[in-house]
Amino acid sequence: MHVANSRDILNLMVQYTTRLDASFAALSDATRRGVLEQIGRSDASITDLAEKFHMTLTGMKKHVGVLERAGLVTTEKVGRVRTCKLGTHRFEEETAWLEWYRQVWDSRFNELDKVVEELKRKERVDGRKKRK
Amino acid sequence: MDARRGSEPTAPKNPTTAERKSERELVVTRTINGPARIVFEAFTKPELFKRWWVPKSLGLTLLSCELDVRVGGTYRLVFSHNGSEMAFFGTYNEVTPHSRLVWTNDEGGDDGAVTTVTLEERGGKTLLVMIDLYPSKEALDAAIASGSTAGGMSEQFDQLDELLVTLGASSGRS
Repeated sequence: MHVANSRDILNLMVQYTTRLDASFAALSDATRRGVLEQIGRSDASITDLAEKFHMTLTGMKKHVGVLERAGLVTTEKVGRVRTCKLGTHRFEEETAWLEWYRQVWDSRFNELDKVVEELKRKERVDGRKKRK
Repeated sequence: MDARRGSEPTAPKNPTTAERKSERELVVTRTINGPARIVFEAFTKPELFKRWWVPKSLGLTLLSCELDVRVGGTYRLVFSHNGSEMAFFGTYNEVTPHSRLVWTNDEGGDDGAVTTVTLEERGGKTLLVMIDLYPSKEALDAAIASGSTAGGMSEQFDQLDELLVTLGASSGRS
């Protein structure tokens, strides 16, 4: 097994947590489990799935979206038809990995924003004290 | 641009970008609503650094954080995740107050990246650019690939994948 450095391991730990959360959330719904079984039998379009599960197209799109984000399903649009198939790896593609990486940094920077705001407030208060 | 505008409490979040700039480089950018001096402080004071480097949503705990921020000084971060511990460490190669930090990532041996953070202040806001330069294309490819295939920590993923295979196989048989 290749372990390049501990940053990769941190990546793994984070992905592990994030993907597991998404996967369990996705699997917690009976319809979505049904959809997974159905796609397991054969690839299906969203229209097929909506019909099979007596659901609106919009409703089915939402379920497929949840499964897709959890990395359980991949979809591909050919012409006007979006076909769903079982997908097992969310991070196969570099672009997906980069988006995940971006999100990690985004949540870090959101926390950094808070620290910076607090320091700015503190400086203003200290500044006022000094002027007095 | 008014420097004070950024300090309004309801300032909207700025977008974060991430891209592979070259075969060996990953680049992350973000504008922070504050002066470079304060952002630099948040990178270099352990008590501030540990408040943002590991957001709760990552599911990790930062057990310890030692930053000796000077040229040749070292840092060491220890994380815990589900009971296992992991140390990250390296050396600061460049320290230019309020504008530039360069550190190595030594925990993984020769394949580790060198991280450069530059801070550029404009109108009371700071553009933060973070570049990870890997020693080779292969090292960066490997870093991405190991993230993609979730190596040693993937027991639960494997179980999920097996479940999917089983679902596919059992429904195929019926």
